[in-house]
Amino acid sequence: MITVCRIEDLPPGEALRVTEGVPAPIAVFNADGTVYAVDDTCTHQDASLADGWLEGCYVECPLHAAAFDLRDGRPTCPPAKVPLRTHRVTVEDGRVVLHVTVGEPA
Amino acid sequence: MKSIAVVGASLAALSTVRALRAEGYDGAITVIGEERHHPYDRPPLSKAFLKGDLDADALALADPDEYADLRVRWLLGERAVRLDPAARTITLRSGRELRADAAVVATGASPRTIAGAQGLAGVHTLRTLDDAVALRADLRDGLPRVVVIGAGFIGAEVASTAHALGLSVTVVEAAEVPLERVLGREMGLVCSSLHTDHGVRLLCGTGVAGLTGEGRVTGVRLADGRLLPADLVVVGVGVRPATAWLAGSGLTVDDGLVCDAGCATNIPGVVAAGDVARCPNPFTGRHQRIEHWSNATEQPRTAARTLLSGRSAPTPVQPPYFWSDQYQARIQLAGHVAPGDRPQLVAGDLESRSFVAVYRRNGHDVAVLAVNQPKLFSRLRRTLTPVPSAVARAAP
Ligand SMILES: Cc1cc2nc3c(=O)[nH]c(=O)nc-3n(C[C@H](O)[C@H](O)[C@H](O)COP(=O)(O)OP(=O)(O)OC[C@H]3O[C@@H](n4cnc5c(N)ncnc54)[C@H](O)[C@@H]3O)c2cc1C
Ligand code: FES
Repeated sequence: MITVCRIEDLPPGEALRVTEGVPAPIAVFNADGTVYAVDDTCTHQDASLADGWLEGCYVECPLHAAAFDLRDGRPTCPPAKVPLRTHRVTVEDGRVVLHVTVGEPA
Repeated sequence: MKSIAVVGASLAALSTVRALRAEGYDGAITVIGEERHHPYDRPPLSKAFLKGDLDADALALADPDEYADLRVRWLLGERAVRLDPAARTITLRSGRELRADAAVVATGASPRTIAGAQGLAGVHTLRTLDDAVALRADLRDGLPRVVVIGAGFIGAEVASTAHALGLSVTVVEAAEVPLERVLGREMGLVCSSLHTDHGVRLLCGTGVAGLTGEGRVTGVRLADGRLLPADLVVVGVGVRPATAWLAGSGLTVDDGLVCDAGCATNIPGVVAAGDVARCPNPFTGRHQRIEHWSNATEQPRTAARTLLSGRSAPTPVQPPYFWSDQYQARIQLAGHVAPGDRPQLVAGDLESRSFVAVYRRNGHDVAVLAVNQPKLFSRLRRTLTPVPSAVARAAP
């Protein structure tokens, strides 16, 4: 379990990239009050989804505009074809907590 | 409509096929492509693929499952040489004739070259996978002196990749300021300074008079008389729309296949999309071809709707967008920069090569340029609005 930040530091519409204590960078989003976590690197080529455009529970890649559903990681349009891995994230006592097991795919 | 022929088998062609099926078209689709390959992605050809970080399989634009769903008849390795709208036929180089109720022209563009390049080993242009395979082999041959002719985006990316492979690189550019036409003078200077930041020599304001060498290139002769020794030359001096095969078809060709905002040509039942299509663009106020990946992805939706509805169906368009990756810098531009549009820095600073600039014209934000600032770029590109036509015309 990794404490990402205080929930005040991740207001709705914002995203954070977690690079420490995880096998690969993870992006954590606050989508209108619901917190989601997915692999940060777009499955298409090479862009960070924490830099993407968040709309509802979809994030649009900042490079070629593939969109992913944050609930299940599925791409909703080309050019991405491969889903993102999703990770469990909760808010506990005002802290955003990421549940990842190092070395194991979540 | 029972049958559609799509000519060209690349990004715009595949995107059109996807759009036709998404719009519910259930008839036959035949795609004719001169290259032997199924559609693949070109941008990595000057970047990760050229460097050796990606293999050809990774460039595929679709997988077998999707192809099965799309139900396309592929005629690959076949060049279309004639379109006869009255007879509704397309003639292939092999002499074969194909009949279809409608046609989509998605033949893209081919690289321009310079006089004397033909038949000289070690001289390359870069457009296709086969070009990239040949260039990659030559770059890895250990011959150290590379001259890139043209400091546009493709030239700059090739220079950056060759530099990353440890080769000694010189870039020659005829214009005084590289990329001035695309980014304006100030930002053209900033972005082209990426070369010199990394120790790549950049020679501007000098044309190329010719190449030296017999059998294999040995040097590049500049217009000012200087001779640059070269083991390898890459010519990146722009492209020409691939329209020669349309001669005699009655289609209006003038720097591209001339279309309206709905991608309709002057002949009913023939539409165009991608690098080959010259359409009016509400964002730029111009009738122009847009040689960007995102245009070849989005415009086909418009072309497909026009074809299926039988009337020109313009759809809302995004501002033109492209990106370029060079020397670990990611450059992104949305909108259109005309001479005189002034960039204003809104974040970051030029020295660190991480910044965002917005270009304004008569009080309108017309373009946004970012270097290594994808997040703010994503936000600002959405704030661009089509320039009223009077303002667009006022630009020289
Ligand atoms: C090396 C490289 C790097 C690039 N990098 C970027 C980038 O970083 N960002 C960006 O925005 N854009 C980039 N682009 C541009 C982008 O790839 C193009 O805009 C896009 O490929 C256009 O797609 P298209 O389908 O219209 O044309 P094309 O991709 O040119 O495809 C046209 C196809 O039609 C075929 N054809 C032509 N004539 C005939 C005929 N008579 N009969 C049958 N087939 C025919 C050709 O063989 C070709 O395969 C790059 C391009 C290249 C070459
Ligand atoms: S890298 Fe994300 S869509 Fe291409």
